[in-house]
Amino acid sequence: MIAVFIEVHNGQAKRSSLEVLSEAARLARPDGSRVTALFAGGGPAAEAGEAFRFGAAEAIYLESPALAAYSAQGYALAVAGWLEESGPDLVLFAATALGKDLAPRVAALLDVGLVSDCTCLRKGRDGFEFVRPAYGGKVLLTLTMNRRPALAALRPNVFKLEGQDQAGGQVVVKKIGIPAGAIKGMVTGIENAGGAELDISEADVVIAGGRGMKESANFALLEELASLFPRAAVGASRSAVDSGWIGHQHQIGQTGKIVSPALYMAFGISGAMQHLAGMSSSRCIVAVNKDPEAPIFKAADYGIIGDLFEIIPRLKEELGHSSDYGRKGSPPV
Amino acid sequence: MKILVFVKRVPDTGSVIRIQPGTGRIVEDGLSFIMSPYDEYAVEEALRLKEACGGEVTAVSVGREDAAAVLRKCLAMGADEAWLIKDDLPETFDGLRMAKIIAGLVRQKFPRADLLLFGRQSAGADNGQSPAMTAALLGLPQATEVTRLEVTGDRATAWREIEGGIEKTEFELPAVVSAHKGLNEPRYETLRGIMAAKKKTIPVLSPEELELSPEQLAPAVSILDLDVPPAKQAGKSLRGNADETVKELVRLLREEAKVI
Repeated sequence: MIAVFIEVHNGQAKRSSLEVLSEAARLARPDGSRVTALFAGGGPAAEAGEAFRFGAAEAIYLESPALAAYSAQGYALAVAGWLEESGPDLVLFAATALGKDLAPRVAALLDVGLVSDCTCLRKGRDGFEFVRPAYGGKVLLTLTMNRRPALAALRPNVFKLEGQDQAGGQVVVKKIGIPAGAIKGMVTGIENAGGAELDISEADVVIAGGRGMKESANFALLEELASLFPRAAVGASRSAVDSGWIGHQHQIGQTGKIVSPALYMAFGISGAMQHLAGMSSSRCIVAVNKDPEAPIFKAADYGIIGDLFEIIPRLKEELGHSSDYGRKGSPPV
Repeated sequence: MKILVFVKRVPDTGSVIRIQPGTGRIVEDGLSFIMSPYDEYAVEEALRLKEACGGEVTAVSVGREDAAAVLRKCLAMGADEAWLIKDDLPETFDGLRMAKIIAGLVRQKFPRADLLLFGRQSAGADNGQSPAMTAALLGLPQATEVTRLEVTGDRATAWREIEGGIEKTEFELPAVVSAHKGLNEPRYETLRGIMAAKKKTIPVLSPEELELSPEQLAPAVSILDLDVPPAKQAGKSLRGNADETVKELVRLLREEAKVI
């Protein structure tokens, strides 16, 4: 059995979790393994329709009043307890903020290892094989796990969403008892919740700026360009962030976020090793830079040697009137 | 307040990483090593908390003897003492093994520690597992990838970035916290600090001295392969004036790359 932990946001399964489910369904298909979607919470059972549509054969809802708000302690106890009981071979999480917080805690409770930020997994001769970048993407590491179950957190935006013709199903509710005093900390609020800003790690298109943007105000150009795409976000190089032009949550690179969007556009980014490590797994990379020697051009699929302040307005125009996007202004994210 | 801060020696993030084929290891010759950048935020936060609340900061590294250089840096920044847990294995990419060693140290030497601070991940293994795993092994609450931390008495509040918002977590001490960029601006060592750090002794312990059995230290993961990613094919350089290149770019994105 393959168990997939499903993160729910505003009553909906997160897209990253559905990507993981899609991958679990692909892995399970050859030998007919069962894919179980695992939900947890404190209220009425989660809406699991999406989970069935993306490949789950069953859905389990771990319910306890103590899980009404997220706590690593409470969720890890509930999830690890259920895993111990049901004995899956493989347990998958999405490597989101929550997934990265929860998965290692579950692994430690089960005394098993974890593959962080996995970008490829397959069934080998002796169990599952996991590929993940290390040294900020300069190295690809292939791991196997020495104990069962094998746990992995999959990088968002890498695994393809794939709907199934699966019939829906019922959610099985499991009441979980969490001992009083077991939870010594929990989430008490989310600021900017429902904010329109899409995280760069989840975006399909990343429009990034570097030192060549010259000043903070010019990042507005990138935002305007991003608004012409659905699911786009603005990123930045470390030097732009360290210059205070944009917040560090936008930083891409070895000491920032690792992104793998379908389209990555780098404006005025020279392409230091640090930066390339964070974006070279993007599907298509466009670089615009004045300096023909900039290392970013080596990573780019399409390079334009030129002035970004000339290119961006033309690009906006070209995308604006030849695409479906943008006509209605900024699409919802 | 007793604060432990865990630091790791890693290759400089600007280095080119080469592989020793078939060994699962990187070539260390010619690399320069630094304290993992996220650990600097953890050290800085520990020092700030000590300055605000009083107490003591102990820096700890698990690794080979050369990790002492990173511990000296912690001392030079202002840590009161530093401990090295000598572990001769090269990078194992095994967060659980690391967490067991750290939890063993805390249980045996620092059972009264109030706060265990880490960087969100080492810039190398890039695992980001040890903080939450250590918290699980010790039964402590955790706040990971934190960009703001407030401690009041025996309680703390941490803020961290999640997709589309800032999440606030309130928890009791003792606790585990991992630091993200944005938490603070790490200080530089002073010359005086560097001189003083040179005179301090760094106690060295082995995992065995922490009563960890070989079974407990058995790796949870095995490295099958370590390789550099395949080189990318040369891309297309678009030439002409801005109008022409932009038109061509949009066409290629649509028709060739099919990404828009």
